[in-house]
Amino acid sequence: MYRYDEFDERFVRERVGQFRDQVARRLDGSLTEDEFKPLRLKNGVYLQLHAYMLRIAIPYGTLSSRQLRQLALIGERYDRGYGHFTTRQNLQFNWPKLRDIPAILDLLADVEMHGIQTSGNCIRNVTADHFAGVAQDEIEDPRPTAELIRQWSSLHPEFSYLPRKFKIAVTGAEHDRAVIKAHDIGLRLRRHPDTGAVGYEISVGGGLGRTPMIGKVVRDHLPKGDLLAYLEAIMRVYNLEGRRDNKYKARVKILVHEIGAEEFTRRVEEEFARLDGPSVNADPAEVERIAAYFAPPAYETLPETSRTLDAMKAANPAFARWAEVNTAPHKAPGYTALTISLKPLGQAPGDATSDQMRLVADIADEFSHSEIRVTHAQNLVLPYVRQRDLFAIWQRLGEAGLASANVGLITDIIACPGLDYCALATARSIPIAQAIQQRFADAAREAEIGALNIKISGCINACGHHHVGHIGILGLEKRGIESYQITLGGDATENAAIGEILGPGLPAEEVPDAIERIVGVYLAQRVEGESFIDTVRRIGLAPFKSAFQEAAHAVA
Amino acid sequence: MPLLDRNGTKIDAWTRSEGPAIGNLSQALVPWEALAEALPQKTRDQRIGVIVPNTVRIAELKLVLRQLSLVAVAFPAYSDGRGFSLAKHIRNHGFTGTLRASGPLIADQFAYALSCGFDEIELPDTLAARQPVEQWLKARDLISHGYQRGYGDSRNILDQRRAARAADQVRAS
Repeated sequence: MYRYDEFDERFVRERVGQFRDQVARRLDGSLTEDEFKPLRLKNGVYLQLHAYMLRIAIPYGTLSSRQLRQLALIGERYDRGYGHFTTRQNLQFNWPKLRDIPAILDLLADVEMHGIQTSGNCIRNVTADHFAGVAQDEIEDPRPTAELIRQWSSLHPEFSYLPRKFKIAVTGAEHDRAVIKAHDIGLRLRRHPDTGAVGYEISVGGGLGRTPMIGKVVRDHLPKGDLLAYLEAIMRVYNLEGRRDNKYKARVKILVHEIGAEEFTRRVEEEFARLDGPSVNADPAEVERIAAYFAPPAYETLPETSRTLDAMKAANPAFARWAEVNTAPHKAPGYTALTISLKPLGQAPGDATSDQMRLVADIADEFSHSEIRVTHAQNLVLPYVRQRDLFAIWQRLGEAGLASANVGLITDIIACPGLDYCALATARSIPIAQAIQQRFADAAREAEIGALNIKISGCINACGHHHVGHIGILGLEKRGIESYQITLGGDATENAAIGEILGPGLPAEEVPDAIERIVGVYLAQRVEGESFIDTVRRIGLAPFKSAFQEAAHAVA
Repeated sequence: MPLLDRNGTKIDAWTRSEGPAIGNLSQALVPWEALAEALPQKTRDQRIGVIVPNTVRIAELKLVLRQLSLVAVAFPAYSDGRGFSLAKHIRNHGFTGTLRASGPLIADQFAYALSCGFDEIELPDTLAARQPVEQWLKARDLISHGYQRGYGDSRNILDQRRAARAADQVRAS
């Protein structure tokens, strides 16, 4: 993975020094609270419901074991012994004290980490496919691109006071695991159909929140070397033209929607044509320098499948189920990409204790070239696991409560922190996730239901990605009572779709029943081997709506 | 209103005129709306500058850039970053005169403003009193180099790396 050179190191250290200086100027009154707020936000420091929150960037979700251990240490020393992995592949600490934050930033800088641009109206931490570099369906590793963008977007002189936040995601695979169509900019590495040259397909104007939109393609194929100039052109058009009169209409998706994708593209292309590319773009040697850090590890030559694994699976059905559900196909024969579920029954989705983080770091050292990934689904991945080591890993994870066999299944729920932590939330999310998990706790039944993504947001800002959940749940507040709106048919992949509302909002305690009814329609209607989302697409919303309305009626 | 450039405070040699009448002012700063009427009055010894809102279209502004010695871009609030992009537009269209940011910017934006092509900042009195020039000069240097190419710093990180690579190659050959 990427390692800082002397320049990166100095840059991050200087940013810590700058933040100390900013805090001092806030305390002596030179900066007003209003002026200080965006400065602290741009360093990941939020004021939450009960305390400050620190959001730490995990660029494109890639972590070393050393970094994960440092996060464990920070969690123990400055928080309550745990951290929360987010849908932007970041880590949040919910209970740090403001006075400790510069010290935490120092500890982060010691392991080449920071909180730069994890919040505020700027280009946020860049996300990428969590199986980058190992996925079988990959055309090219997206991480060198993501790292280049991380550097380019850091403390950008022109784009640090945008109309609103700005999120970029990159994938290099056929199958989109980075939700690129729900980002302000989504980049997909693809081969040119005629020349075979690798370039970027660029989408702009996707996003969730109160006005969910699917991104529009503005460029089919941008030569790789032109990336930074093209991004500069997009950002300049947005910075100048994006709405600033209403924060709810300030995202680039609204601009693209209001002037139309064609006109937006025309303006971007006009600006791009005028830019002096060679004076803006990174030179190819720099791109190569970055890419070299992402060279694959030295894989052992192994048979395609491991006989040891097969034997262990045959002897132990619980292990077999876990090994089936939590692994993904790998580029290298005999290897697998293993997802560690942070969704055990009854826990807050995405939470990990310091002890659990250390255990995962140890396992990564022993079995996965010391590397870990964070997924937007709030799980962890060990990207370089030999199939024959799975059993040993499973045993050790099991002792720490980390061996849930539910990745991609109905209890692998994405949920934002909700009203339990967040100042913006209008309803609770975590308890809803836990109640649904309880309802579907039976492993055999869960396996029978198969792939199903439930995503829960505790407010309209949609941090829990509910719009693109196969089943989405949005918590609202109506006259002091929490009410949950359910959507169906959302999709976060290359078939990106926004879910449709099934009916009136439900009280919290009715949500598991409603999910049960939706699942019941699926089980009754599916044809052999058909997944939940495929059934929804085939039969449409109507059967689900009537089942849902019966339930809603029964409540009313 | 206090004025500063990358070296510290400076005297404002420009005189604001409310409308298009520039009389015999040697350096007249006129509002954007009055510019079309003011320009024909300009004698050979006079210099004209304009104060533009950050919503001005570069397509219109570029038509008069050659006749201007100063462009002052209004910043209605520190949080409104349009002025940074407008400055880049103005420089990209070849303007070599003085570029001024005018409004309640904060010291933490000094380096950004300079990088985007501004020469000087004109601050409201209250803000300059709260954030004295020493703070601006200190804030300017807290981050020694950024990653971006094309923002006025020839020692940006990408170009320093490139130079180091070139030096390595020379040594190796």
